[in-house]
Amino acid sequence: MSYKAKFRVWRGEGGEGKLEDFTVEVNEGEVVLDIIHRLQATQAPDLAVRWNCKAGKCGSCSMEINGRPKLGCMTRMSTFSEEETITVTPMRTFPVIKDLVTDVSYNYQKAREIPSFTPPADVKPGEYRMQQIDVERSQEFRKCIECFMCNNVCHVIRDHEENKPGFAGPRFLMRIAELDMHPYDVADRKDSAQEEHGLGYCNITKCCTEVCPEHIKITDNALIPMKERVADRKYDPLVWLGNKIFKRSSSKS
Amino acid sequence: MTQTTAESPARRQRAQIKERTLRTDPWWRYPLVTFIIFTAFVVYATWTIFDASYFVSPYHAPFTSPCLATSCPEEARLFGLAPFGDWYTLPPALLILGFPGGFRLTCYYYRKAYYRGFWLSPPACGVAEPHKKYTGESRFPLILQNIHRYFFYAAIVIGLILAYDAVKALIAKPGGLGTWILIVNAILINLYTLSCHSCRHITAGRLNHFSKHPIRYRAWGIVSKLNAKHQELALISMFSIMGADLYVRLVAKNIIAFPFV
Amino acid sequence: MEIERHEYDVVVIGAGGAGLRAAIEARQQGKRTAIVCKSLFGKAHTVMAEGGAAAAMGNVNSDDNWMVHFRDTMRGGKFLNNWRMAELHAKEAPDRVWELEAWGALFDRTKDGKISQRNFGGHEYPRLAHVGDRTGLELIRTLQQRVVALQQEDEKLHGDAEAYIKVFQECTVTRLLKDGDAICGAFGYWRENGKLILFDAPAIVLATGGIGKSYVVTSNSWEYTGDGHALALLAGANLINMEFIQFHPTGMVWPPSVRGILVTESVRGDGGVLRNSEGKRFMFDYIPEVFKDKYATSEEEGDRWYTDQANNRRPPELLPRDEVARAINSEVKAGRGSPQGGVYLDVSTRLPAAEIIKRLPSMHHQFKELADVDITKEAMQVGPTCHYIMGGVEVDADTGAAAVPGLFAAGEVSGGMHGSNRLGGNSLSDLLVFGRRAGMGAASYVDGLATRPKISEESVATASAEALAPLERSGENPYEVHHELQRTMNELVGIIRKSEEVSEALEAVEKLKERAQNVGAAGSRIYNPGWHLALDLRNMLLVSECVAKAALLREESRGGHTRDDFPVMSAEWRTKILRCALTPDGSGIAVEEQVQTAMRDDLITLFDRDELKKYITEEELAAFDALAKE
Repeated sequence: MSYKAKFRVWRGEGGEGKLEDFTVEVNEGEVVLDIIHRLQATQAPDLAVRWNCKAGKCGSCSMEINGRPKLGCMTRMSTFSEEETITVTPMRTFPVIKDLVTDVSYNYQKAREIPSFTPPADVKPGEYRMQQIDVERSQEFRKCIECFMCNNVCHVIRDHEENKPGFAGPRFLMRIAELDMHPYDVADRKDSAQEEHGLGYCNITKCCTEVCPEHIKITDNALIPMKERVADRKYDPLVWLGNKIFKRSSSKS
Repeated sequence: MTQTTAESPARRQRAQIKERTLRTDPWWRYPLVTFIIFTAFVVYATWTIFDASYFVSPYHAPFTSPCLATSCPEEARLFGLAPFGDWYTLPPALLILGFPGGFRLTCYYYRKAYYRGFWLSPPACGVAEPHKKYTGESRFPLILQNIHRYFFYAAIVIGLILAYDAVKALIAKPGGLGTWILIVNAILINLYTLSCHSCRHITAGRLNHFSKHPIRYRAWGIVSKLNAKHQELALISMFSIMGADLYVRLVAKNIIAFPFV
Repeated sequence: MEIERHEYDVVVIGAGGAGLRAAIEARQQGKRTAIVCKSLFGKAHTVMAEGGAAAAMGNVNSDDNWMVHFRDTMRGGKFLNNWRMAELHAKEAPDRVWELEAWGALFDRTKDGKISQRNFGGHEYPRLAHVGDRTGLELIRTLQQRVVALQQEDEKLHGDAEAYIKVFQECTVTRLLKDGDAICGAFGYWRENGKLILFDAPAIVLATGGIGKSYVVTSNSWEYTGDGHALALLAGANLINMEFIQFHPTGMVWPPSVRGILVTESVRGDGGVLRNSEGKRFMFDYIPEVFKDKYATSEEEGDRWYTDQANNRRPPELLPRDEVARAINSEVKAGRGSPQGGVYLDVSTRLPAAEIIKRLPSMHHQFKELADVDITKEAMQVGPTCHYIMGGVEVDADTGAAAVPGLFAAGEVSGGMHGSNRLGGNSLSDLLVFGRRAGMGAASYVDGLATRPKISEESVATASAEALAPLERSGENPYEVHHELQRTMNELVGIIRKSEEVSEALEAVEKLKERAQNVGAAGSRIYNPGWHLALDLRNMLLVSECVAKAALLREESRGGHTRDDFPVMSAEWRTKILRCALTPDGSGIAVEEQVQTAMRDDLITLFDRDELKKYITEEELAAFDALAKE
């Protein structure tokens, strides 16, 4: 039933630190976050970990377990063998505050750089009429629990700190797609997606989709469709021509 | 600009971890397998350009279809046409191979696979890439990936021609093994083409009000279902077209005889 | 020691639905507003809400209106609700939901493109606006994005996004400060580096949620340590209805990682049965007299009901929530529980695997992903879980103002709205309606101030010493004290209460209060969870004392308060509210009875006499009759 597991946990403050070894009891049915909490209660009372709902719904306990971004509360111990050493580190892409807690302010800053939902001025609350099929695409993206693991795993910023200013990360490129597909949003988001928020940096290698705990198809349903929408605008002379002709004929009639 | 958290001088540092990755699973398998398969495909495709045994009535090797040069056998020409005239003396495959090739080269699935397998950018999720700088598809030349939709239009035409080839074979030799190989291949190639992300965008993906375009929405639904299998279709159709092509050439070279009449 | 200082008009503590809605309102009224929250922005417990937000929009059934909703709410709360709050709630909820839509929320739709509404227990019509089973997430994300939208506006206008609304995340408030009688600020610390922080503000809105972390088994997250309840008490405000806690009968109890998480009632509705460790379907032993004719008395009959509801009585697993919870509780106490202290809820032997996956996809998924339990193969372990506290800060219905000038409260931390029992779906709409009202109340309070109250250095020094004390002690591990408190509350002031047990709990809490004085937290101030817990203990102990004291006094059973020794509802007790306040010396809690104000004439006449007579006293009924004659 219960056994002693070998854990290596990164501990340190402000970047400096190292992997520390622990041997800790594991009981049936536990998840990695339980083990971290057991370490807190028994061996390392000041071990820092961020967590909240413990049910995979709030996206607080993002960490890297054996090198892969995971939610601590959703990674069951039964997925590891008893002999295995389990390595737990903070998310690598963001500055570390202490132990497993990182400073995720990059994400909040990016959130603020994306222009908000912009409804037409003449529609009043209560007057919105939308069909289910028209909101479903954006609804998928709104399942996002903002664990920021997609932004963490994305090599564009994980491996290239210098790209951070010009790249919103999968989470917020998906936010742009969500708004661009919103039936009532009137803001033009295509140019800025490419020019300001770095959609072009994305090389669709799909790591964001692989790590998403909500199983949102970030790449196929948000990023690629957004790239296609940008291509409509910026890289497709046929569409451009078509629009011109169409506009002219419709303005005539 | 940052959301408020307390200032402390040391906090702008990432965790200093020397290992390129702490992954313990065989993450290198995907890029390696991709590298091997794609390399084999490219080598084969290159060889077919210079291989002249691409036609044996009624079978047409898909890598060289349509055949548009005057050097093509009469029967192999698409609707008997040879629009390029006598001045064109290079291998006929060169004229058309760029279209399906370009379609696959700019395909969103293939991009993912070769960025990982060939360019190692990144080799796998959570594994550091070896490059110092990265600009992705934001600049020339990779910004050209955005023309994928034109290759999609071309791929539709190629797909129809392959289907036409298969139908021709069916009429001439309904029981031939080659006929059925060509038919299966044509179906797979067309499914792959239809499952394309650009196709999904064009059917209705670009619209914000599906409910106002019910027919396009239905088409989008079908394409979306196919699109979820885009990777699988890309790989299966790659093997099927290589297999079909090789089969026709082997028959043309008399290495294997016609089975089943 | 240097303390970071900030000046604001309104400081909102808590960034769940109520807190964010309050902050948005205060900012929209032109007030400089701070939001202080213990977690990251957007992670508050509101995300856990699944069902939906109740609002009588009448999109699905046009017969629905605020009066029906009002009646449902009062009925659900067993007529103990603050009727003015219930009225405002029912009237304003639709506007609040529509407003979310204009801020970008995407609710599920009806065929004609309106917001879809679903049925829920206690609501007469389909009323809950929802997005699948993640309505809470939608709500919090929309409000979060609304805050961001306002910041973008401020950036354009003032060049500073945080000029009028700023989020202080991962920051805990430990004390409210007063200048004379009135609020003048709040004191706290940054969780991440332990530095101290002071807010100079004449108005504070509490929106800190509930108290679930005083119990072992709870559906609540770690944040729910009753901070707002305790801060209000310490500042001199009153708490009401603290004895009313909603326990859901079936929460997961095993494995430990998911203890308390809800198991939906439809598991039982679709054939799931409850068994004890002896394998017995024990619910047949727990059918109360009043329900005897409505429920099956044999397993055979109960089983037939699932396919033939017309000719059979329903199985007793489907008794009302409190009955089921009481039965589970008794079995466990009698030693017939599962090893981990629950009972078995089994569908695996009742339905084919494919059928279970088809009918209960989310439960199958929940147990598979979180617990590695395949509910098609084995039984679930379930037990009552602490879910929601109806009690909280006594506030003015219209403005959310507490008894202390400058103090406001909204959401779960406030009391009255839900009476003795909350209806599902009424909590999300409560957050929106009263979040906005508290924000408005705070803004107009600030407008009406002649002079800004001042923070005294002395109060800052006291608050600072209190906050740092655990770091300087090397006493008991705070986890020990916390666990003991949780066990005490769970076992003795849980779902079924008895006079002796509650008294025992009060003694235990007294002892724990002493032990809490001596807990120490080793390590640095940087993100030190032991220290944080040591500080939260004060709040949990205060709140637990309120719950236990009020539970001991209320000698009846009503809604979220069940007394084994007083099993019936009493019309006399309906007229009384129990009000908790800090004793003058600050050492404990004093509870006093308060008379419930009579419902306004036009509201009480919305009810049938037949219904009212089950709840109200003879005199009240006579008054009602007199009114009806007019």
